[in-house]
Amino acid sequence: MAQITLDKLAHSYLANPKTDSDFALKEIDYVWDDGGAYALLGPSGCGKTTLLNIISGLLVPSKGKILFDDRDVTTFQPEQRNIAQVFQFPVIYDTMTVRQNLEFPLKNRHVAPHEISKRVEEMIEVLDLGDKANFKARGLTADEKQKISLGRGLVRYDVNAILFDEPLTVIDPHMKWQLRTKLKELHRQFNHTMIYVTHDQTEALTFADKVVVMYDGEVVQIGTPEELFDEPKHTFVGYFIGSPGMNIIPADVAGNQATIGSHSVDLKGNYPDLTGKVELGIRPEFVSLNNISSGIPAKVTGVDDIGRFKIVHATIDSIEVNIVLNEGECIPSDPKITFETSRINIYKDDHLVYPLVNGRGL
Amino acid sequence: MEKTYNNKAWLLVIPVVILVALSAIIPIMTVVNYSVQDTFGGNKFFWVGTEWFTDVLRSERFHNALGRNLLFSFIILCIEIPLGIWIALSMPKKGIWVPVCLIMMALPLLIPWNVVGTIWQIFGRGDIGLLGHTMGLLGIDYNYTNNIFDAWVTIIIMDVWHWTSLVVLLCYAGLVSIPEAYYQAARIDGASKWSVFRYIQLPKMRGVLIIAFLLRFMDSFMIYTEPFVLTGGGPGNSTTFLSIDLVKQAIGQFDLGPAAAMSLIYQLIVLLICYIFFTVMSNVGVDKPAKETAE
Amino acid sequence: MLELRNLSKKVGTSIHINDVSMKLEKGSLNVLLGSTLSGKTSLMRLMAGLDKPTSGEILMDGESVLKTPVQKRNIAMVYQQFINYPGFTVYENIASPMRVAGIDKKTIDIKVREAADLMKLTPYLDRGVLNLSGGQQQRTALARALVKGAELVLLDEPLANLDYKLREELRIELPRIFAETGAIFIYATTEPQEALLLGGRTATLHEGCVTQFGTTIDVYNKPSNLETAQTFSDPPMNVIPMQKQGSKFVFSQGQVDCPKDLQSLADGPYSIGIRPHHLMLSPSNEASHKIEAPVSTTEIAGSETFIHVLQGDLKLVVLTHGVHRVEIGDQISIYMNPSKFFIFDEHDVLVSAPRTEGVA
Repeated sequence: MAQITLDKLAHSYLANPKTDSDFALKEIDYVWDDGGAYALLGPSGCGKTTLLNIISGLLVPSKGKILFDDRDVTTFQPEQRNIAQVFQFPVIYDTMTVRQNLEFPLKNRHVAPHEISKRVEEMIEVLDLGDKANFKARGLTADEKQKISLGRGLVRYDVNAILFDEPLTVIDPHMKWQLRTKLKELHRQFNHTMIYVTHDQTEALTFADKVVVMYDGEVVQIGTPEELFDEPKHTFVGYFIGSPGMNIIPADVAGNQATIGSHSVDLKGNYPDLTGKVELGIRPEFVSLNNISSGIPAKVTGVDDIGRFKIVHATIDSIEVNIVLNEGECIPSDPKITFETSRINIYKDDHLVYPLVNGRGL
Repeated sequence: MEKTYNNKAWLLVIPVVILVALSAIIPIMTVVNYSVQDTFGGNKFFWVGTEWFTDVLRSERFHNALGRNLLFSFIILCIEIPLGIWIALSMPKKGIWVPVCLIMMALPLLIPWNVVGTIWQIFGRGDIGLLGHTMGLLGIDYNYTNNIFDAWVTIIIMDVWHWTSLVVLLCYAGLVSIPEAYYQAARIDGASKWSVFRYIQLPKMRGVLIIAFLLRFMDSFMIYTEPFVLTGGGPGNSTTFLSIDLVKQAIGQFDLGPAAAMSLIYQLIVLLICYIFFTVMSNVGVDKPAKETAE
Repeated sequence: MLELRNLSKKVGTSIHINDVSMKLEKGSLNVLLGSTLSGKTSLMRLMAGLDKPTSGEILMDGESVLKTPVQKRNIAMVYQQFINYPGFTVYENIASPMRVAGIDKKTIDIKVREAADLMKLTPYLDRGVLNLSGGQQQRTALARALVKGAELVLLDEPLANLDYKLREELRIELPRIFAETGAIFIYATTEPQEALLLGGRTATLHEGCVTQFGTTIDVYNKPSNLETAQTFSDPPMNVIPMQKQGSKFVFSQGQVDCPKDLQSLADGPYSIGIRPHHLMLSPSNEASHKIEAPVSTTEIAGSETFIHVLQGDLKLVVLTHGVHRVEIGDQISIYMNPSKFFIFDEHDVLVSAPRTEGVA
């Protein structure tokens, strides 16, 4: 276990980076707590795999340092950093059995044989691989192979952190679910620092204590799943997290009112006068569709019924708004939209603006 | 995957069928014909059944030649396969040296086989050959024309020089297809270089190694041109392999019957050994039948 | 209309497709839903003509197409791995099927630009296809399928290798675009959410058999058997084995009252399915039956929480709104609503499903 510190870390794949856009990973300064579960979330090309490879040692950063506890490990090889990594597709030793696969990392480190069998038996139990322990690893299903990959990391005593690079990519949806739950259990049980790279927000939010949202090489926001959900600091975070994503509606803001099209909406506080690109952000879960006369009249353009809930696509003066209706709720004949005031966020140039407190801004 | 049946495809095959018939099937049937007949000359033949076959199978000459072939193939495989793997492992996988190495490896394979024999024949000569002359200067008694051991060593080294590249290229193709993640995982597991070889590279090369093994076995077992040009089968008959003996009988002695029988037996031996090798090697390491994946 | 009659495919001793019969109408969107080895790709390959069935018939508008080679059939297929001609530009890729068909240059140009516009590829028409991002490459493959004007469009998990958000966007665009062509649209996926979002009709596959084929939301609300219910559930449905005794269902942790309209069911063993979001953390009029169990794991996903409990051999997952912070080992009370039970008999056949409220 270790605390991981990223000290002004940046990376460019080019030999002589000059401008900001030459950097695949822009400068990041952060401390990851010991034993925490973190997710690196973002679309393809956002730099999350680059960051993961720097942490694991497979890549040496062009700028900055990385420290495990107080040791500078920036130039250390992966073997010297005591990390484990689980890759996108299961990496197992074909010719060995499940048990032998799990024993391998310990044998290489010259651990005493009775210790090896103790740890390996424990791991086989924890991973529910008991009845397959003596089978050749090659014949197992994808999710069982991933468990073995994971197990090889967990058996070791000296593991500082376990890194996951989109590990559930090749797994079936219902196995994905089980494996995710298992990862969470293992995290609680063993308390290793775990860093999980994914582009799937459900995976990120269910697994992690803190999520690092990345976009275009930059860290956009780091926060708990609730923080990211309730108060995204950037419209990208609002859009990326939540299915469907946050409604981002162009609006004019003055005082405690926002104007969408020709309609007025109450805000939770007073805002300073805002110029530039001003938008109102609200999650579809907090938009209601009913007959309240004070609501904004809307036109329903489509409904997606996904069993658990329905996504209603509507427009206010030709501005698109999505609404989530729970199972059993109906669409009224004369639909009117109301926004839950406390859940409205205001954004200027894509960044969150806080309401004024005692006449002063934050 | 099954391909859909297309009858028109058969038309494309007819020219090949005619060619193969003329150049292979008819000559083979002629050989079978000769193998069951004898002649007193004057182009008159009469049926002797399996007499030639039993003669050949009992003859000491045949057994000796067969023994030489087996020994030769065994030595060749023991040298070329590990050497080929080792060279393939040492070749770079990325960068500017890759095409250079590949071309260098391919060169020996492009040389016509009798030219290979001629190269080494001259190379080993004591008077004008670089190797022969150097050996003389070093005081080593080297003469491949009248020393059995020298002849064998020369033939073996010639074959290794000629054909190891095939093994190298096949193994290299197999190695290059291993995803980087396996090496990364091995580093993280703390595996030694030997472990990486034994548990990752070798298993993943299984397919290409089977092909390399079979090809080298077949070619070395049927070897003719290079030793013929180099030693002509000598000194004595110490390097007379089955193929050379066959030609001696058929063309030299004009004993068509026994030669035909021997060539058929030769062919069957090659087929049998290849079949056994292939079946054994395909099933090594497979413990239960893999479930057919319904895609 | 495409009709499959008693289609089977055996390879050696394993059965890839087992007696499948389906009717697919023109202009319809059909989803094949099933896990990885369930036979979706095999079925699509049979429909396309890439494989021959061991037995059965495939009829297009009443005529058998079994003898027609795949090149002659009017189909388009898109795969999971973005398959494009690597040496060509985007323009050439999209134009290729028309060039093969010998259509004149002017028409090709118009159609390529139309398709590129629909797929938002117009600024990339001159780029080499390998220089594009995954999403753009897949769009190119889709545009190429679009220009063929095929009667049958087969998409085999086309969005599986794409980012989550990109998948959401394309999922909305695709059915719309292909609906306008009037083709029979077949989309294979492993994700129940995707089937629900696409709508149309769904065929659930399990081990080579089509277990149910109907309107997507109907298959979801009334799965004909346990396999279908489990194939079509994300997160997986909770299944509790229970014994019906008179007016009660008895199980390892207690008993539940049997709803009035189900009391006429025969006594005996049943499997009760209940969806995670139908288990409540607080009692209500309908959800009145209580189970107490210790928490084994919790997962917080944005505005919802998954709580897993384990009591003896009873494993349940509860999905609730809001963020609930419970510790592992805490005893919580879960309330069941018997009117939300899916009841399957001992042969896993559906006996009763919850009534669904009407949608305006």
